[in-house]
Amino acid sequence: MDMILDNFNHLYHGFGIASDPFNILLMAIGILLGVIIGVLPGLGGANGVAILLPLTFSMSPTSAIILLSCIYWGALFGGAITSVLFNIPGEPWSVATTFDGHPMARSGRAGEALTAAFTSSFVGAFFAIVMITLIAPLVAQFALQFGPAEKFAVYFLAFASFVGMSKEPPAKTIVSMMIGFALACVGLDMVTGQLRLTFGFTELLNGFDFLIAVIGLFGIGEILLTMEEGLEFRGKAAKIDPKVVWKTWKTLPKFWVTSLRSCVIGCWMGITPAGATPASFMSYGIAKRMSKNGKNFGNGEIEGVVAPETAAHAAGTAAMLPMLALGVPGSPTAAVLLGGLLIWGLQPGPMLFVEQAEFVWGLIASMYLGNIVGLILVLTTVPLFAAILRIPFSIIAPVILVICAIGAYTVNNNVFDVLMMMVFGVLGYLLKKTNYPLAPLVLAIVLGPSAEEAFRQALLYSGGAVSVFWSNGLVSSIMGLGVIAGIWPLIALLFAKLRGTSAQPA
Amino acid sequence: MEQAHHGAEAGPKQRAVEIGTALLTLGFGLIVLYGSVAVGAGWDGGPQAGFFPFYVALILCGCSLLNLVSGLREAREPVFAEYGQLRQVLKVLIPACIYVALVPSFGIYFPSVLLILVFMIWLGHYKWPLAIAVALGVPAFFYITLERWFLIPLPKGPIEAMLGL
Amino acid sequence: MKHLHALGLGAVTALGMTALSMLPAAAAWEPTKPVEFIVPAGTGGGADQMARTLQGIIAKHDLMSTQLVVINKSGGAGGEGFLDVKGAKGNPHKIVITLSNLFTTPLATGIPFNWKDLTPVAMLALDEFVLWVNAQEPYKTAQEYEAAIKAAPDNTFKMGGTGSKQEDQIITVAVQKALGKKITYIPYKGGGEVAVQLVGGHINSSVNNPIEAVSQWRGDKLRPLCVFDSKTLPYTDKIQGDLSWSSVPTCKSAGLDVEYLMLRGIFMPPGVSDEQVAYFVDLFKKVRETPEWQKLMKDGAFNQTFMAGDEFKAWLEQSETIHKGLMQEAGFIAGN
Repeated sequence: MDMILDNFNHLYHGFGIASDPFNILLMAIGILLGVIIGVLPGLGGANGVAILLPLTFSMSPTSAIILLSCIYWGALFGGAITSVLFNIPGEPWSVATTFDGHPMARSGRAGEALTAAFTSSFVGAFFAIVMITLIAPLVAQFALQFGPAEKFAVYFLAFASFVGMSKEPPAKTIVSMMIGFALACVGLDMVTGQLRLTFGFTELLNGFDFLIAVIGLFGIGEILLTMEEGLEFRGKAAKIDPKVVWKTWKTLPKFWVTSLRSCVIGCWMGITPAGATPASFMSYGIAKRMSKNGKNFGNGEIEGVVAPETAAHAAGTAAMLPMLALGVPGSPTAAVLLGGLLIWGLQPGPMLFVEQAEFVWGLIASMYLGNIVGLILVLTTVPLFAAILRIPFSIIAPVILVICAIGAYTVNNNVFDVLMMMVFGVLGYLLKKTNYPLAPLVLAIVLGPSAEEAFRQALLYSGGAVSVFWSNGLVSSIMGLGVIAGIWPLIALLFAKLRGTSAQPA
Repeated sequence: MEQAHHGAEAGPKQRAVEIGTALLTLGFGLIVLYGSVAVGAGWDGGPQAGFFPFYVALILCGCSLLNLVSGLREAREPVFAEYGQLRQVLKVLIPACIYVALVPSFGIYFPSVLLILVFMIWLGHYKWPLAIAVALGVPAFFYITLERWFLIPLPKGPIEAMLGL
Repeated sequence: MKHLHALGLGAVTALGMTALSMLPAAAAWEPTKPVEFIVPAGTGGGADQMARTLQGIIAKHDLMSTQLVVINKSGGAGGEGFLDVKGAKGNPHKIVITLSNLFTTPLATGIPFNWKDLTPVAMLALDEFVLWVNAQEPYKTAQEYEAAIKAAPDNTFKMGGTGSKQEDQIITVAVQKALGKKITYIPYKGGGEVAVQLVGGHINSSVNNPIEAVSQWRGDKLRPLCVFDSKTLPYTDKIQGDLSWSSVPTCKSAGLDVEYLMLRGIFMPPGVSDEQVAYFVDLFKKVRETPEWQKLMKDGAFNQTFMAGDEFKAWLEQSETIHKGLMQEAGFIAGN
């Protein structure tokens, strides 16, 4: 209890620092820059923060991290915009947002989808900050429990809760997922330091980045599908309604269960530190199973936007904690911020909370304020962004193509990736038309490498004994949850049967 | 604007495309299989580099065969897409492919100008002044924001070199 | 027992400086457009941090007339970045920062390049390696830890490190040879992750660079046993209790005859003129005098050896031979 009171005391001082007018100004600038970075192709949060890092040299560390972390929040908010409007997720954790966000935009509900996405981001982030405020030291201890075996168990759980729920034929779902895994293997094998599946092509050294695949499969594929149905963007009919924010807000409270569940999943995944991407997929998968409207997910359910966005942002925010307390970055952006800390002369780690209390609590206070400032700023842009869909397709299509090409190039500064993007585009069109689900492919590209790495590290540790995945309470309970999640569809079926038979005799 | 005629127009059959896709994934699986055996797919005190992709490829090949069989069993009538629709798709796909092919040698700016011009004039039937304004404006916007503000160099070709950018 | 006299070279530094000063002062060439600074590693790693610090220092002190733009090309253990520089023949607006992967990547992966394909500019510093254990372990000194490893069966002890067939694993293999016992090596993606895994007790020891683990030392979570250098570090600021970097003994003095330092150097594409190289040598000499750079050196307990010109080339030559020998012995050379 003392600890919590102590934290509140620190936080109060933190607010004093963060609400300095100069820092508030930095927050607003940071959020706006972040949104621009999130919307611009290829400029993900990590890049954006890295590029602006040298500019912060002459600031105090607290002001510098407020600016940079607000760029990060802004980029997180901004990432949802392209996912909803053009089906192009700018960051791995926005992929699940496209599943329902883009169908909503196509049916003229872009404003609603954006409002729901922004609000959920805010709710998720806010929940995570409250958690950090209350139990930061405990959480840091928990994160230390995660070795390779535990991490693999978390990835396994994420896969298990997402698969086994698509309506497409199982063989096609598996093919799609295996293509993703295979593509993810290309390049350098981290564990042995060997090149694999590159067949001597230096262009393949880098492997297939998830972003290239997604820009092609989703972005270009979408344009081709749209063309097939004639030259129009179906969102064109969308009315621009400045009141859309209020109207959407009225509908959101009824998803409080989904929201709370996603917050918990997000925080947990952010700390473990599996990160925001598995959190968003897992949260979407579970919401689909639990929701009354689960069958309609993928056709533009607002709940399908709420679940992944909440979890992704809860995770993204919670991931700041292991970064500060342990010095492990929970995301690429956190890795860059971590570099920033070192450059400003702060060493993240166990002593940071003690030695640099002003900095840490200033940062935490700025998370509260930054997210509030951010939410207000991005909500005012909703009608503006929804209006983009009114631009005629023959203008917007080539611009999207250019954006895709720039985005694909900037991922690795590699022209070859632009060619690959086009190949993925055609593949996306073909697979979509022949009923192969694309989500498992993307999930496999994103999580495959981490899962394989954790699996093999665990086996190196155990000397090849698979029992390492049942060797302690933590890892076995996560694995157990994963198994339950994997066979859940069967359990559900069984329950339905039982209920059916017990109902009949009555 | 040309509109696809809905109805009984001819087109490639869904069955043929399904079979083709299954063969494609099968072929991909075989390549991966070959590649993973080449780096060692065994268990040497732990999985070797090719262990994981090897089994992924095996499952991929197996499921591709299943899809091939179910593709062969499919009815012969349904159409994948009408030729009219495919023509629409190709109208985007061909310029886009040319665009992408030009990027390695001409950089990203010049082909972007061409792409937007082609789309707006040929597909959108816009007037030249507007088309030129958009075609120059969009790449200029990216040049200023990315290269100048965020210091992210994009690929450039001989034309940019001539202009001294 | 094998010596890793890779980089113990402090004494010759002075020579290098005089060699440099004989170059024509303030070369006539200057960059006319932004200079690309290639980082053959991912965002957030040690090389990336150093590159971005350099970028910040150069911008803040206005040391260059145009901008320096950092670009990460990390594919294939950095091979992608090196190939890019190798292919930019005669382009003076491109520089690359290197780490040990300059030597290890072509050997371990067979990616076709060699440092001789690039133009060496200067060595900025050398990064130290320290043997770390969890502070809760009973081993207070390197000797105690060595004895524990020797007493246990093969593969009882687990060493974590960054990447595979790179510097951390090379050191592990050398330690293994020195002790005559097998140690399990577990590769992770980054140094920070390794340090945390060590704090969490998922590995027994690591060979983290000072900057990666110093905060865990300060928090009394990790304990440095010895440093893989020929002499103790000169930094005397107190870090944990009464201990400072200078109180960490060398591994050699602790009976573990292994030395290894990692290059942090700058290269340019092939075919650039001497004037252009001289411009960058001069630039980095100015950088070294800034307070920000000196603070980075101190925070990371770097070995501040600076070299350029023929001396640097000779050092590279020697270092390459050593890496080749080590990698060959460890069986890390790409098969085929």
